[in-house]
Amino acid sequence: MTLRPLPFEREIHDLEERLESLDAQQDQTPEKLEAIKNMRAEIVRLRREVFENLDPWQIVQVARHENRPQTLDYLDLVFDEFIELHGDRAYGDDRAIVTGMARIDGRKVMFVGQHKGRHLKERTLHNYGMPHPEGYRKAIQKMQMAAKYNLPIVTFIDTAGAYPGIGSEERGISYQIAYNLREMSRLPTPIVSVVISEGGSGGALGIGVGNHVCMLQYAYYSVISPEGCAGILWKHAKHADKAARALRFTANDLLEFGVIDKAVPEPFGGAHRNHRQAATNLKVEIVQALRQLSGKSPQELIDHRYDRFRKIGIFEEGATKGDEVVS
Amino acid sequence: MTDEEPNSNDRPAKRGVPEGLWLKCPECQATVFRKQVDRLLGICPECDHHFKVGARTRLEQLLDVGSFEEWMTEMHSVDPLGFVDSRPYKDRLKSEQKKTGMVDACIAGRGYLRGRPVVIAVTDPDFIMGSMGSVVGEKLTRATEKATELRLPLIIVSGSGGGARMHEGILSLMQMAKVSAALGKYHEEGGFFISVLTNPTMGGVAASFASLGDIVVAEEKAMIGFAGPRVIVATVKAPLPEGFQTSEFLMEHGFIDRIIHRKDLRSELAAFIDYFEIAPTKV
Repeated sequence: MTLRPLPFEREIHDLEERLESLDAQQDQTPEKLEAIKNMRAEIVRLRREVFENLDPWQIVQVARHENRPQTLDYLDLVFDEFIELHGDRAYGDDRAIVTGMARIDGRKVMFVGQHKGRHLKERTLHNYGMPHPEGYRKAIQKMQMAAKYNLPIVTFIDTAGAYPGIGSEERGISYQIAYNLREMSRLPTPIVSVVISEGGSGGALGIGVGNHVCMLQYAYYSVISPEGCAGILWKHAKHADKAARALRFTANDLLEFGVIDKAVPEPFGGAHRNHRQAATNLKVEIVQALRQLSGKSPQELIDHRYDRFRKIGIFEEGATKGDEVVS
Repeated sequence: MTDEEPNSNDRPAKRGVPEGLWLKCPECQATVFRKQVDRLLGICPECDHHFKVGARTRLEQLLDVGSFEEWMTEMHSVDPLGFVDSRPYKDRLKSEQKKTGMVDACIAGRGYLRGRPVVIAVTDPDFIMGSMGSVVGEKLTRATEKATELRLPLIIVSGSGGGARMHEGILSLMQMAKVSAALGKYHEEGGFFISVLTNPTMGGVAASFASLGDIVVAEEKAMIGFAGPRVIVATVKAPLPEGFQTSEFLMEHGFIDRIIHRKDLRSELAAFIDYFEIAPTKV
């Protein structure tokens, strides 16, 4: 399978194509074999250099790569079993969020994850991973059931945001996200949340109030999409790269702000190049987090989650006097 | 910051409203006497249009004279991201402070409403569009925790067109979870929270504390919603229904309890508090 090269991988891609044509030639001389070897090394070197210096906008492009593993891929690769449970008991079954019982490392968990879909038919079915209120209602209903039976909860976040549509507003998207935030914060069971690609604003947070919140290395998690931010501040979405740099939403930034607990490393060149490796890394992280949380009592879990979010925010308390802060 | 509506605030000159004795109502276009509008709590005498009111004025309108004790008066925003758009966030904060006479978009404290003790917080629609960053989130969280501890009713009046404040990035988003968690605890402890939605209440504010009242009320014709109307139009590529994302629309769809005229707000809030008394200890 040839993967679409990202815009900043042009040079690497050209090399790869040359390598491929060299490789395909029949009359391999020692010189040619040497050249092939060097070229391979050069490709690795270049890719390492590029990926060690990705800027935030490039990270967004990696996070949105169409071959990047999605929730259903990970359900296959990370979990030993998955039995889907549908419906929110009020309106419908929003396929932008997939919920059900799953096993991981011998543990039973409730799984809740946003799924975008890869091809047109699948994307339409899952509404490109943009849930309506019923999706969030389904999510919290399954989580509440999990809590009743002391099942830990694992949530996978991958959404550009809650769906900005008429039906969404009519059916109370604001209320439903708010309700999820409040109720998730009080569930007496361990919750592990993972941002696997895109963490789009309130639509991401609506299933993201975890005891342990982590994020893949090239995922991003933001208050607003870079395009949306650019549209407001610079009047056009084409300035999304500028917005991406301003918003400080990469895994490293979020680690620094205390918003996530861990940045999970991705395979060389991004998760889309090696699904299995990405899944293994995620699995290690989730299993470890579940183990650590399993020793806590229900009340300790609630308090732990409360304190985790309670600490987030940066401000000062001294009096301001003109430009000077007097404390 | 697009809807430059005249404002009946007590600091008219600073709020960028043309000085003078007269105001033009954006709804009915009538030229009205400013003092009369102020006397009517910021309402157009001709058509009942509710002008936006600032947080201080709102507190004066709702609470018993001289009863307000403000908390966290010195808490202020910093610039955690080093955010610069057309200008640095730090400069923006300074000019917003100058414009509104407030340190940030929220005032919180304790006061008496017709003799009833309450914890109350108000967001100001004019301070960076009433948006919630770390300071607003922290103030609302502490106010909620204080209400839990004191076993007092909690009133939050939202005027927030900006939702979660972009200039503080992910930290603003996380305030939604922080405040909602505090409200969750308060809720479990038997607290009584009244959320008052005013024009406008959008985005991350609508999708967190503002929607979580035991009672949710709104002023008439307030703009309330999650996504901005322009974003929705761009997504669905169809015109929006008339009255979409207004108080009336929300009530029709079941998300608010009552629409209240500003002149009745004080007395209705008092009535709610009388009905839903908080037990002195957790049951």
